[in-house]
Amino acid sequence: MSVGGELSVISTLLSSALLLTGLLFFIAGSVAMLRFPDSYSRLHAVTKADSLGLGSIIAGLMFYCNWWQNLLMLLIWLLVLASGTVSCQLLARFCKTKQDQA
Amino acid sequence: MSLLLFDVLLCGLLLALALASVLSRQLSHAVILYIAFGLLMALTWARLAAPDLALAEAAIGAGLTGALCFTALARQGKLAASPTLSWQQRCWPALFVLVTLFGLLLLVLQLPAKPGPLPALVMQQLAASGVSHPVTAVLLNFRSWDTLLELLVLLLALLGTLQVAPAPVYQSSWVLSRSWSQLLAPLIIVLAGYLLWAGAHQPGGAFQAGALLAAGAVVLKLNHQLNWLAWRNIWVRFFAIAGLTVFVAAVLTAWLLSGALAEPVWLRWPPELAKYIILLIEIFATLAIAITLTLLVVAEQPATPLSLARQEDDEAADG
Repeated sequence: MSVGGELSVISTLLSSALLLTGLLFFIAGSVAMLRFPDSYSRLHAVTKADSLGLGSIIAGLMFYCNWWQNLLMLLIWLLVLASGTVSCQLLARFCKTKQDQA
Repeated sequence: MSLLLFDVLLCGLLLALALASVLSRQLSHAVILYIAFGLLMALTWARLAAPDLALAEAAIGAGLTGALCFTALARQGKLAASPTLSWQQRCWPALFVLVTLFGLLLLVLQLPAKPGPLPALVMQQLAASGVSHPVTAVLLNFRSWDTLLELLVLLLALLGTLQVAPAPVYQSSWVLSRSWSQLLAPLIIVLAGYLLWAGAHQPGGAFQAGALLAAGAVVLKLNHQLNWLAWRNIWVRFFAIAGLTVFVAAVLTAWLLSGALAEPVWLRWPPELAKYIILLIEIFATLAIAITLTLLVVAEQPATPLSLARQEDDEAADG
């Protein structure tokens, strides 16, 4: 990819740092999902870490795109944030209901 | 090089997810893995430069099929544990799959490495098709016969499903999921309208738009919204059939129009009217596909007095 060549050194460093941070968050979230003991902490870890990780990756990608693509990526991030939060709440409530029934 | 790594990872993940889904012991796990498989399959189609298929796969393969499997599982209740089969019982399906796999591999190996003459022919005739996106031109002009039959297949599937639709199960829904589905509804309608309109010159079209609308409608229906969207509603029946009827009517009109000019040809649009005919067919096909796919997932027998009474009891208990 030749796109990276057009960026200044600082931009490249910043974007790489952001992308790597995002990856770290994703890895942390995935490890947490495998290792954490119960559903609530797993949900907590996955939704929080992945939302932040995705935001960081999008921020890193923003150096490579024009303003319109950046806007679209931001909107996608907001949608993922909202749907992640809602599904986390729903799954947690489902777990709670099952726990109360048992 | 970097994309080669991505492709290898994608292929590996697809195979792993498919195997995990088939081999998983719990049906709910199998369904979740299958949804993940559908999402990766959509990514694969996008990587193979087939965005039309990627959109359809994401909406149907990952979204609607997942919802269909989950509603089926929810109705199974405690029976959902998969039965244990003896090895003789497993042998025949395995044999069938192996034979199919062998035949498919033989076919793939016989595929010519070079593209045939058809893509060039499509691009050459594109100007006369009424649209500028080659996939839409093939689906709704050059090979509209296939699309007509697809609509017929969908309608037949719906009519069959309605005969065996289960009795309604009343389950209360959470306020959060209800309001979230209501919040998403306008977004989905706008997106579906965009996909439908964009189909003329870029990836998109009736099937993708209809599948997206259906996905939104299924989520709303599962939250006990859109109560009018049921087979007992005469307008729902009308629009479910309208996709096919409008198509056939357009075919007959075009046939009559061309009959006056030269030798009549079945399923050929006059070039100057093609754009409008395709748009008309696509609008009604979108609605028909949306209604059909929605009802395929959430169709229920008409409410009986008993189920209605139970529903009222539950609502009284909630309030």
